[in-house]
Amino acid sequence: MNKNLIQYIFGIADNCLILGQRLGELCGHGPSLETDIAMTNISLDLLGQTRSYYQYVAKLQGGDATEDTVAFLRLEREYKNVLLVEQPNTDFAYSIARQFFFDVFHLALLNELQNSKDEMLKAIANKSIKEVSYHVRFSSDWTKRLGDGTEESHQKIQTAINDLWIFTDELFHQTDADKDMVQQGIGVDVTLLKDEYYKKVSSILEEATLEIPQVEYFQKGGKMGVHSEHMGYLLSDLQYMQRTYPNMTW
Amino acid sequence: MSEKELKSLEDLFQARIDRDEKIEPKEWMPEKYRQTHIRQISQHAHSEIVGMLPEANWITRAPSLRRKVALLAKIQDEGGHGLYLYSAAETLGISREEMYEQLHSGKAKYSSIFNYPAVTWADMGAVGWLVDGAAIMNQVALMGTSYGPYARAMVRICKEESFHQRQGYEILLTLCNGTPEQKAMAQDALNRWWWPSLMMFGPKDAESPNTEQSVKWKLKRKTNDELRQQFVDQTVPQANILGLTIPDPNLKWNEERKHYDFGDLDWNEFWQVVKGHGPCNKQRLEARKSAWEKGAWVRDAAVAYAEKQEDRELKKAI
Amino acid sequence: MKNWPLWEVFIRSKNGLEHRHCGSLHAADAQMALQNARDVYTRRMEGVSIWVVPSSQITASNPELNGETFEPAMDKAYRHPTFYELPDELKHM
Repeated sequence: MNKNLIQYIFGIADNCLILGQRLGELCGHGPSLETDIAMTNISLDLLGQTRSYYQYVAKLQGGDATEDTVAFLRLEREYKNVLLVEQPNTDFAYSIARQFFFDVFHLALLNELQNSKDEMLKAIANKSIKEVSYHVRFSSDWTKRLGDGTEESHQKIQTAINDLWIFTDELFHQTDADKDMVQQGIGVDVTLLKDEYYKKVSSILEEATLEIPQVEYFQKGGKMGVHSEHMGYLLSDLQYMQRTYPNMTW
Repeated sequence: MSEKELKSLEDLFQARIDRDEKIEPKEWMPEKYRQTHIRQISQHAHSEIVGMLPEANWITRAPSLRRKVALLAKIQDEGGHGLYLYSAAETLGISREEMYEQLHSGKAKYSSIFNYPAVTWADMGAVGWLVDGAAIMNQVALMGTSYGPYARAMVRICKEESFHQRQGYEILLTLCNGTPEQKAMAQDALNRWWWPSLMMFGPKDAESPNTEQSVKWKLKRKTNDELRQQFVDQTVPQANILGLTIPDPNLKWNEERKHYDFGDLDWNEFWQVVKGHGPCNKQRLEARKSAWEKGAWVRDAAVAYAEKQEDRELKKAI
Repeated sequence: MKNWPLWEVFIRSKNGLEHRHCGSLHAADAQMALQNARDVYTRRMEGVSIWVVPSSQITASNPELNGETFEPAMDKAYRHPTFYELPDELKHM
């Protein structure tokens, strides 16, 4: 069993799961029916990707592992998503800013992952990249609409951008498992994506007439399994059924 | 227009419907036809979007990834169906915002079933099986209704809904094949959802004043009691396959009628819920209002942005 | 507060077929209307191409004038091939 490979996949797949879960909370409560349907589509895309990754992990783990044991039966410290994706849906601006920051990174990551020596990861990246290209379009468009919309929307999205900016740096952190995977030609060296990422994000923020935040200190921890206080609540929802009724089929 | 002229127009109009012709937007129609359709179609649309709420309550807690995506997709469909229906109603000269206004003020109704709480995972099964099952029976009949946009929305909706009921039934089937705890969860859900589902078909025929007119306009192809009977007849064998007991001591096959006899519904409860005293009436309406009000600044921003973009395009062109 | 205008959606289900009207939706601008149409009307692989048109831009014929608009074509049977009586043995025509 390739432990580093599994940890590496968690680093990608857990982002999809947790963000998919966050978006799922919004279903039925969107600002318009059309937007509601669109964001549910993004959630469905991310959860679909999650399933592909976890099915692969379950195969690597062998035994009784399934996509669901992987998704639901880990301890908080064992989830390796970045802090960004677990941030709550404070309002529509936060949901859009979080999505935008993640999507731009996600697309760049998948683009490189298509060259992975691991056939499975390559195939998943290949399939997901079309979905994620659409996500980038959706969240960039909305960032521009809110930024260059009304005074109120401008303020709200600027606040969200400022608050979430501190979580963007972690997207480019590498764990030891990540480094090992990069060495083997399986993983993507995310440090190489950083400059391009901030260029792209900044150009859209500029177009949206938004200020690029200047921060002195970025937050990190999720990738090492040290999460924000929000994570426990998110997991208690996510794991509720599996924890309350262990060892059953659903 | 004299009363006589109006009467003859109405007769011609009815003759078209009797010949199975469809009525399309902007064609002449009796004012009562327009009003009745606005009321029924918007009520149907409201039911779809309020109906998202009890199920959305379980998205974050679905017990497996497969169930989670299926549930999300189903609720998303309901949003889509609400959208198709609002669009159909809009062809009659009312805006979506006006319809929301009627919903939020309590003037417009929606299906009472969604005022019951979804408290366990098995409720996702029961809602899909019973509530969608009951809704589909109405909707299939409405594919042949006289108003073109409504009939077309129904065709689309019925096509998409075919997976909804199966999704619910499969949830229950899995529970019933599972542990005793799971099976008890399924039985409990059936106990709570059975009677409200039968109430979905509306009051008894004798107490349903609109029936005759609605039948003439093909808004109703069968009466409330006929549909209720059909629902019971088709659902009992499905419950048997699950090994669940329908919570009605009076339920039994009547060989003479070739139908199941069943007990009387609690009409007092029915009217209480319709009047707004169900367990979740307030909560559901609050959720809809809150989504709409909290979304106002977002919708405004999009309009403002669109106007600015248009201005820029114009200036570029000059 | 202004409401999002209504758009009509036309979808080509596959190449070789025409775009067909499939419904409507609300959106603030054309780009959003296209994206919404994709999310609302092509969730089950229903399309390969989408058109959106502001509903306000559609000019419709007046159904009250259907008599003068459409009925004059009814007695022009000579526009249809069956109008012409030809011998049965005649082939390829």
